[in-house]
Amino acid sequence: MQVADTVHLPRGKAFVNPDVDLFLQLADDELMLGWRNSEWTGIAPFLEEDVAFSSIAQTEIGHARAWYELAAEELGTDADALAFDREPDEYRCSPFVELRLVPDWARTIARHWLYETADAIRIADLKASDDPSVAGLAEKIDREETYHRMHADMWAERLRDEPRFLAAVDDLWPYSLGMLRDSQREQLCERVGRDPVDAIERGEHTEDLRPLWEDMTMVRRSVPGATW
Amino acid sequence: MIYEIFRQEREGQPFQHGGSLEAPSLAFAGAYAREFYGRRDESFALWIVPREAVEEIREPYVADVFDRDYRRVDGYSLKVKLKEARERAGTA
Repeated sequence: MQVADTVHLPRGKAFVNPDVDLFLQLADDELMLGWRNSEWTGIAPFLEEDVAFSSIAQTEIGHARAWYELAAEELGTDADALAFDREPDEYRCSPFVELRLVPDWARTIARHWLYETADAIRIADLKASDDPSVAGLAEKIDREETYHRMHADMWAERLRDEPRFLAAVDDLWPYSLGMLRDSQREQLCERVGRDPVDAIERGEHTEDLRPLWEDMTMVRRSVPGATW
Repeated sequence: MIYEIFRQEREGQPFQHGGSLEAPSLAFAGAYAREFYGRRDESFALWIVPREAVEEIREPYVADVFDRDYRRVDGYSLKVKLKEARERAGTA
């Protein structure tokens, strides 16, 4: 694979190696969600939650790095270039993770819970991969995700009779379905106890992505090519 | 609600106070305690104790009025007594 400074990934274009597409979907989801969750740092409802939620945000970004590294090996680039040097349209994340939900804690917890529940299904499949580097990484990631799920389930349990939380889950449900492959969606319906609906699919981006991208890449773009 | 968190660094060691945290329930306290004291493998086990379950004694009964420091749990120093005894015996 040729080494390039910037790897451009036109939307919808398939790679020779379909795994690269998958790695980027996973990495982009985790990066954007990590970013969105990190927007609560310093303003979460109480201090303990601020620390815990920020930590979860940070581990999601760590998982993004690990998936980017697998993609970068195939593409002859590095994780930073994949994370920060693409145009917004080139990201493969699901619209679900792009939504800016600050300062709505009910919606934030609804997304957190739906995302972690869906992510568990995805990770279980990845752990069964024939590729040992994929299965091994999924195994490692799952150890941290266990904490994320515990945290998310605990909040969902606490808010399960709260109308604002239930309305938020209703609202975000089609987005969360769109995060998964078709074959994984039935499991999500079972775990969340909801009927399938038309999913908001990966491939299109929301209006929230560009401002997020501008913030996220601001420093990197300020000195192109710098080594940090 | 405030919870006091005790941590055991290695199996078999005594639990030591790690700190306190505020949480709406025991489940939340457990999750936060894991995050603050557990996830980097720094603890073998944790105790999560509601602060109200802790009976605090502010002015412990003090009865150290006679010279009975041999009864102290941390032992006592022989050095001074030995020196005095040697002087009395003329062997100092």
